[in-house]
Amino acid sequence: MDIFKIIDQFQQIDGDAVGRIEYASRRHFMNRVGSKLASAAIPTAFAAIVNKAFAQSAAAVDVLNYALTLEYLEDEFYKAGNAAANLIPASDKTIFTQIGKHETQHVAFLVKALGSKAIAKPTFDFKYGGAFGDVFTNYKTFVTVSSALEDTGVRAYKGQAGALIADPQILEYALQVHSIEARHAAVARRLAATLLGNTAMKGWITGKEGAVAAIYAGEDNMTQGGVNLKGLASKSDAAITEAFDEPLTKEAVLAIAGPFIKK
Amino acid sequence: MNKHTKTKNSSGKGEGEITSVVNRRLFLRSAGLATSLGTIVIAAGCNDDDDDPMIPGTGDTVDLGSGDIGVLNYAYALEQLEAAFYTQVIQTPYNGITDAEKAILTDIRDHEIVHRDFFKAALGDKAIKGLTPNFAAIDFSKKEAVLGAAKLFEDTGVAAYNGAGKLIKDPNYLLLAGKIVSVEARHAAVIRDLINPKSADFAGDDIIDANGMDKAIAPADILMAVKGYVKDTITGANVGK
Repeated sequence: MDIFKIIDQFQQIDGDAVGRIEYASRRHFMNRVGSKLASAAIPTAFAAIVNKAFAQSAAAVDVLNYALTLEYLEDEFYKAGNAAANLIPASDKTIFTQIGKHETQHVAFLVKALGSKAIAKPTFDFKYGGAFGDVFTNYKTFVTVSSALEDTGVRAYKGQAGALIADPQILEYALQVHSIEARHAAVARRLAATLLGNTAMKGWITGKEGAVAAIYAGEDNMTQGGVNLKGLASKSDAAITEAFDEPLTKEAVLAIAGPFIKK
Repeated sequence: MNKHTKTKNSSGKGEGEITSVVNRRLFLRSAGLATSLGTIVIAAGCNDDDDDPMIPGTGDTVDLGSGDIGVLNYAYALEQLEAAFYTQVIQTPYNGITDAEKAILTDIRDHEIVHRDFFKAALGDKAIKGLTPNFAAIDFSKKEAVLGAAKLFEDTGVAAYNGAGKLIKDPNYLLLAGKIVSVEARHAAVIRDLINPKSADFAGDDIIDANGMDKAIAPADILMAVKGYVKDTITGANVGK
């Protein structure tokens, strides 16, 4: 991202602006530019500068559109689930309304950030080619798919962090979404554990324990930083694998998500 | 005046000390890690000094260091506090704790101990010393106090990792931070659900912004926020720089 150029352009528009910003460093200034994106009252000229900043990294555009694909998927999933009659019991409505709200917000943010580069929303098939045929009529299936989608989201965002290392502000946004997906996943997993009577399933991932096996491949990894942690702090293998969530590559995620996407 | 300490083989407290020493040696021997960590240890070698590592008691000033080592020490410092907190929670369970609550808090304790000892081993002789926590303000006999503090620690941990991500230069360390932060976020959600079950609080509007995003907070602000919970004075002005 060419921060100097952005500041120069900004100064041409508003010569006093930089002086009015309390942070002295240009790095902080960039944070301010980023935070302005969230504001509804964003001036057009400012928005143009911010969009320029986003547009400068092709890698970031790719990652954001990949994220947008997954967020579209989640958003539409919860919209359908929350709208379905007699699916989500009253006791759990608040949880899924909150999750759905966040996914809608993520879509809106990404669409705004990408501007004209945003991909169109795909058409989805939440029955996953028949595997989840009763996803919007059977609450167990719905919660199972929810936990699987959220855990996939966590793995997907994590897998892209390295690709954003040259785009610090976008990296930070991605991390801020990543931890929300993890919060969602923890709650969905606990609901699924209760509904499925699976006491081994917790808010965190033990080994590769999860409702849809293919999604958890590699979560039982014991090697971190090149070293096998077996026996670390005299803790069990279960605790060690729970302590670290594992990433998935884009290819692996798209292979998992593929059957959800019709076109 | 505070005494500056830079510990070599720091005297970590509690369980896992011996295994962590063993693992640290494994780390140093490991060809895989030596390539990524060795470079940084050499690069950061100028931070080394010969101070006596054993300064008992409190009032020490602990400098987290600079660059990626600074970020790792920052994470190590936060994990030390979390591990010490949950160790205390399990040693002196609050009144009326249920089996389910105890199982959850024990799991979390173990995760934080694994994180702590992992960072200690990964940092080797660049690791800061074992910190002295100050939990005097927390009434460990009361559920509200314990879960309230747990919520604060977990939310703070998430915001800290989120804010530190862009300071990390080595993609391997960035990924490691990513592997840990989502576990902290799971903790935060579960603790919040224990406090207010089946509510929206697991990812509540009190912390999540209008873009559906968690907080990302810079080290200086995090260190200010946790200042009251640690007796040592932690300085992190050069973390990530």
